[in-house]
Amino acid sequence: MTLLEQFQLWLGGIWPGWAAYLVPAIVGIVVILAFILVMIIVFIYFFRRVLGRFQIRIGPNRLGPEGIFQPIATAVKILLKEDIVPAKGDKVIHWLAPLVVFVPVLMIFAVVPLGARAILTDLNVGILYVVAISSVSAIGIYMAGWASNNKYSLISALRTVAQIVSYELPVVLAILGVVLMAGSLSMTKIVESQSIPFILLQPLGFLIFFLGTMAEMNWSPFDLLEADSEIVAGYHIEYSGMKFAMFYLGEFGHAFVYSCIIATLFLSGWQGPLLPPVIWLLIKVVAVFFVMVWIRATLPRLRVDQLMAFAWKCLLPMAVINLFIVAAEMLWLSEITPWLLVAVNFVFAGVLVLLWSKLFNLGGGRVEV
Amino acid sequence: MVIKTEPFILNMGPQHPSTHGVFRMRVTLDGEVVVDVEPIIGYLHRGIEKLAEGRTYTQNIPFTDRLDYVASMTNNLAYVLAVEKLAGIEIPERAEYLRIIMAESMRIASHLMAVGFFINDLGALMTPMLYMWREREKLLDLFEMVCGQRLTYNYMRIGGVSHDVPEDFLPALKRFVAEMPRFLDEYDQLLSQNEIVLVRSKGVGILPRETAINTAASGPVLRASGVKWDIRKADPYSIYERFDFEIPVGTVGDNYDRYRVRVQEMRQSVRILEQAIAQLPEGEVCAEVPHSLRPPVGEVYGHIEAPKGELGFYLVSDNSIAPYRFHIRPPTMINLTALKDMVVGWKVADLIITFGSIDVCLGEIDR
Repeated sequence: MTLLEQFQLWLGGIWPGWAAYLVPAIVGIVVILAFILVMIIVFIYFFRRVLGRFQIRIGPNRLGPEGIFQPIATAVKILLKEDIVPAKGDKVIHWLAPLVVFVPVLMIFAVVPLGARAILTDLNVGILYVVAISSVSAIGIYMAGWASNNKYSLISALRTVAQIVSYELPVVLAILGVVLMAGSLSMTKIVESQSIPFILLQPLGFLIFFLGTMAEMNWSPFDLLEADSEIVAGYHIEYSGMKFAMFYLGEFGHAFVYSCIIATLFLSGWQGPLLPPVIWLLIKVVAVFFVMVWIRATLPRLRVDQLMAFAWKCLLPMAVINLFIVAAEMLWLSEITPWLLVAVNFVFAGVLVLLWSKLFNLGGGRVEV
Repeated sequence: MVIKTEPFILNMGPQHPSTHGVFRMRVTLDGEVVVDVEPIIGYLHRGIEKLAEGRTYTQNIPFTDRLDYVASMTNNLAYVLAVEKLAGIEIPERAEYLRIIMAESMRIASHLMAVGFFINDLGALMTPMLYMWREREKLLDLFEMVCGQRLTYNYMRIGGVSHDVPEDFLPALKRFVAEMPRFLDEYDQLLSQNEIVLVRSKGVGILPRETAINTAASGPVLRASGVKWDIRKADPYSIYERFDFEIPVGTVGDNYDRYRVRVQEMRQSVRILEQAIAQLPEGEVCAEVPHSLRPPVGEVYGHIEAPKGELGFYLVSDNSIAPYRFHIRPPTMINLTALKDMVVGWKVADLIITFGSIDVCLGEIDR
């Protein structure tokens, strides 16, 4: 029973049924929303500071101790900016797109467990819900790209569809491996079944999921949607003010939510000794995010055809093989000690990654025109 | 059912993060594929060639700073060498060495920026570029020490250089020369074998040897296509004959070769700097040259190997204090003419990096 349900049950004894159901739900939603928004702001600050360290500069350090109020100043600046809508753009869609991008990020948090019982709703198909909702953002990006009436945005919108649809497949297949091992789609069950974190039991699955999510949330080296050296800013080129802020928050919200999901699926979520569960989760989330920032600060970007090749030639077959390996192990090797499985799976992952890097190349060629 | 598609025109620039200045490309795209490119230049035109006809030979030196402002020292050098050739001026030994030191430092600074921006165009979120700038900053500090400026130096004079270097210049330069190879190794380790850099730049934007020669390309762009042509060796000017260095050449002429040639050239420049520091003699730094120089009637074409290619000055003198004709051969403008041959059929992203690999500077293209 989650904390929320317990609260509802307790209120049910005093209040009429509908109020006892509704009030705790609203309280829970507000608490979660506040938590996410604060965390997004923390992530933005963290990102800028860490990126500064990577780039041998200091990063924001003026406002408040170590510049911790900089995101607030940025937010105020953005709020005060003029809202510009392209004259020939599709105004309604232009207005709607930032919402469609940002709201799903918040919705995903309904099923992310912050502790054994600290979860808004423990859906029995939690991970399926995550997969379904997270793809909605792609539509928002496409809407933004189309409604802006800008050629750069249009290129970005076309790339979005291809990229996000392609990377959905390996991501879902990698999740299936986890689901097979955990025996449940529920996020809490998945965490509870990780006496050994799944990153050790399924290193290949983790790798595929990690890369796939980076592509889905449009993170370097897969940041083709906003590729600033090619298509300037991509889909949000014609956005300013609060609408732009929505995209910006959406980007970091995605980073936060995917870090949470990676921590939940592969790093045993909130589990850990001594410290409270939320702290453990946040430590893991920040660690994952740090690796993401590291990659973003270092690697150049892939080209669009190479990005597709990477999804279809590398990640997808490897995800299928990973699924088969996990299924076979669950069928025949479920009796042996898990640490042996860890060793076997690391060998499999190493061999497969080496094999793929030798057999396939991403380089697309010149097109005759 | 066949979907009907048609190419569309995209105006890249003059305000675009990757056009390295105010350059505009009218790109015809078929989806992501580049069908046609038409470079449109002139947004930075200041009429330097015409302005120079109304000023004395010495007054024209600051104009040359504003051509390729990433490599002002070599522009100075090319111009003063041309004037000296025209007027037949001998310059002191120490000035020759100082000029070489400045020119080679400038080459390193310019190449650092070129490779940094190249990786940045590949999409590496500024990081490699900021590391390049860390090294370039050291060179700019050195230049500031010498002449008080960080961008437009105006250091060379007809007959030598404006001042001798300060006392702490040479130790600082020696330190830089000692550190630079280690930095280049570190840089090579991180990026030159990076899988994404390789897959993005190898075989992309090929400029074949014949096309490179036919377009009169020069500098790293030409050498990457496998032509061993460096004016420092082919038509030695100043005192380059005294130094021992090699000309790195590429094999294919793709973006990766252009990038590699630049990295190798930096190593060679460090070698030249080491030798120049060791041989630097004492003495005067500027010959006696009249303020209002009146070269004899005649014409001259002086060219040097600037970081970006062959930088030439064509001067015509009518024995007055100002040049009768002042023409510049900007290397990057001529290299840029090969752009269309390199990018047609490739994707938008390749267009950007190929353009970046030519390493243009709009200051000298538009003049």
